[in-house]
Amino acid sequence: MTGAAYPYVEAGTALPEITTGTRATGWWGMVWLCVTEAMLFACLIASYFFLRGSINGFYAEGGHYPSLTLPLPMTAILLASSATMWWGERGIRRGDQRRLRIGLALTFALGVVFLVLQSIEFRHNPLGPTVSAYHSIFYTTTGLHGAHVAMGLLMNLYVQLQAWRGHFTAKRHLAIQNVSLYWHFVDAVWIVILTCLYLSPRLW
Amino acid sequence: MTTARITLSGLAERLDAQWATPHTVYGWFATVDHKKIGIRYLVTAFVFLLLGGIEAALMRAQLARPNGHLLSPEAYDQLFTMHGTTMIFWYASPILSGFGNYLVPLLIGSRDMAFPRLNAFSYWSFVLSGLFVYASFLAGAAPHGGWFAYVPYTGPSYSPGLNMDFYALALLFLTISTTVGAINFVVTIFTMRAPGMSLSRMPLMMWSTLTTSVATIFALPALTAALILLELDRRFGFRFFDATGGGTPLLWQHLFWVFGHPWVYIIILPATGMASMMFPTFCRRPIVGHTYIALATVSTGLFGFGVWAHHMFATGMPLLSTTFFSAASMAVSVPSGMQVFAWLATIWAARRHVFSTTFLFLLGFIVLFVIGGVSGVMTASVPYDWQVTDSYFVVAHLHYVLVGINLFPVIAAFYYWLPKMTGRLLDERLGRWNFWVMFIGANLTFFPMHFVGVRGMPRRIYTYPAGMGWDSMNMLESVGAAVFAIGVLLFLINVLWSRRAGAIAGDNPWGASSLEWSTTSPPPEYNFEIIPVVRSREPLWDAQPPATDAAVAEYRVLDDGRRTLGTTVLDGQPQEVLRMPGDSLWPLAIALTLAAMFTALLFASLAGILVTGALVLLCAGGWLWPQPEELVP
Repeated sequence: MTGAAYPYVEAGTALPEITTGTRATGWWGMVWLCVTEAMLFACLIASYFFLRGSINGFYAEGGHYPSLTLPLPMTAILLASSATMWWGERGIRRGDQRRLRIGLALTFALGVVFLVLQSIEFRHNPLGPTVSAYHSIFYTTTGLHGAHVAMGLLMNLYVQLQAWRGHFTAKRHLAIQNVSLYWHFVDAVWIVILTCLYLSPRLW
Repeated sequence: MTTARITLSGLAERLDAQWATPHTVYGWFATVDHKKIGIRYLVTAFVFLLLGGIEAALMRAQLARPNGHLLSPEAYDQLFTMHGTTMIFWYASPILSGFGNYLVPLLIGSRDMAFPRLNAFSYWSFVLSGLFVYASFLAGAAPHGGWFAYVPYTGPSYSPGLNMDFYALALLFLTISTTVGAINFVVTIFTMRAPGMSLSRMPLMMWSTLTTSVATIFALPALTAALILLELDRRFGFRFFDATGGGTPLLWQHLFWVFGHPWVYIIILPATGMASMMFPTFCRRPIVGHTYIALATVSTGLFGFGVWAHHMFATGMPLLSTTFFSAASMAVSVPSGMQVFAWLATIWAARRHVFSTTFLFLLGFIVLFVIGGVSGVMTASVPYDWQVTDSYFVVAHLHYVLVGINLFPVIAAFYYWLPKMTGRLLDERLGRWNFWVMFIGANLTFFPMHFVGVRGMPRRIYTYPAGMGWDSMNMLESVGAAVFAIGVLLFLINVLWSRRAGAIAGDNPWGASSLEWSTTSPPPEYNFEIIPVVRSREPLWDAQPPATDAAVAEYRVLDDGRRTLGTTVLDGQPQEVLRMPGDSLWPLAIALTLAAMFTALLFASLAGILVTGALVLLCAGGWLWPQPEELVP
């Protein structure tokens, strides 16, 4: 096309810029990241069941199933942190900066408590990951999840920094949306891990 | 409504000011232009093809005669491992990412990919991971456990050196690059197609890119998991694959092939998609069975997830499992056959055949595809597989598939699309020589492998005694490899020659129908001055092609800052204006810090890992920190 041959532009046919919500490309990116991460955990869970199904005396070296004393409170804490995250995100959707900041801070605190409890759980178990394949897959799966929680906390800190600087508005908070999605995803993975690694050995 | 007449004079200048990358050192490292990144992918992947080819040539030199002594067994192990690893991971997939990066926005009428900076990061980490794995040669410890790295050979007891750590860490690095690249393709294709390009009108290459990208997102984590477990076993004494510690080596095989077989389709489907773009042009008619090819592409991608254990028939799985995987593997021939017949029908029903070099390579591709497909169905049969597993028959099969369905369409695509990238056509006379030499070379090299395989020659042996009935065939294969190498050389000469002296291509040298041919060759940085509107599957063959519109909507102009158009997923209805990021050094910085982190992991330096890990996070933080203009309400 050369300058002379340009067509005419119809006025009043402009479109909005949308940077937040489920139409934003950044949201799509985070959704697919969660999908691929979910597959990573699915592979570890599948490895757990493969090892459990193909080895006689899978737990023999450990002698007992993992205790539920800590994991159940940990689950409650993680679920609560999803609720606070949701509450904060709902706040910024209405433009409520204060609610966002409180929500993020509460989520952060609950996440830290989860990690502290997990490290206590690890420390109280006398057998390390090198004892048997069972211990290897147990520590790898829960440890990788813990690393995801830690990453979620770093992301939380990062958007908190922006939240305190007032970067987010009701119409512009894609980062909050994405951090929140990631956090809910990590919580959902924990529910699967709890079911498979902690509860299922008690069932069969 | 009255139509106001807004003047568009100076549009190209305004877009140029917003999109152009400065021709400086900064611009070279900071560019996020998908076309530059695409070309870099193509060049780099081709260099890896040449490296893998040199490794193959050395092996063929060793095997040309019985009792060869050119290479020691250790050197041979490293060469076949690096040959497979290079070709599968650093050539076959990235070369298609290169075409994808260059072509996807052009084919869908967009100005860039959804995440341009991520795209740049994807390239930098691809090239750095490749340097990482090749650095192993400098350390004298190249990977030596085969490209699928079976434990226990690759476990801590049988491979104590750094060899397999190079392999595992480089691949982990590469999976990051490949995953973000795949996400980028999916989001781009779903949200940025030109107005009117509903899913049903989407070019077939978009279907194959979409299928492989989704398959990558689902399949690649299995490789990531396998490599993490391998490194934990090797470095920290975990017991996943250690039978004495309650683990099992079969876990590796399952994880690897859950990834590995979808990966086979990931590295061929984009090539078949490109073929489906090229056939109509040289047959002068729309492709036959557009919808069926799209369906076949998607279903091949899906089937790919249900066939992995056919790599493991010889491991003693239960009969029921082997039967299932055998049937599923044979079933793959149905969608593959659909594609082949659709191409044959297109050729059959052609209005006119244009026997260009591209078309010759496509015809050669069909021949090789069918041979590779038939030997695939043969090995899908369990009793036959037991006979030929780990023999040269399998080598013959996989090379027919990869050379036939990846390399041949790729060369065809170079003859077809390189004029769009450089503005100059390749030479057709040399092209014909190029095709025949490569085609004869490929068949001379790989066809006799079927016979030596059936005669019992195992794969991966570094030499063999005389008088096994393998001698003349092996000599023939080595001669074929030399012929094939000359063919590749002819291609390189043609490319270099065309850069200087090739005929000027013009916008649409082939009279093709898809949108990339509606812009200049090479295209401007912003691809399209006015975003095209699509009214059919062959927009440029329409009675009213996009460029003839008398009036355009405002959302097709978008000259106020780096902007492009977002449309709805199913129908391609205009929906929103997308703000695109500009040039940035963060992608390079994060790729470099990641490379440093993987190096620290290689040397197991805890302090190094902590420092470099912190740097990676800092770079991510710097990248994502909002620009002042983004904070305007």
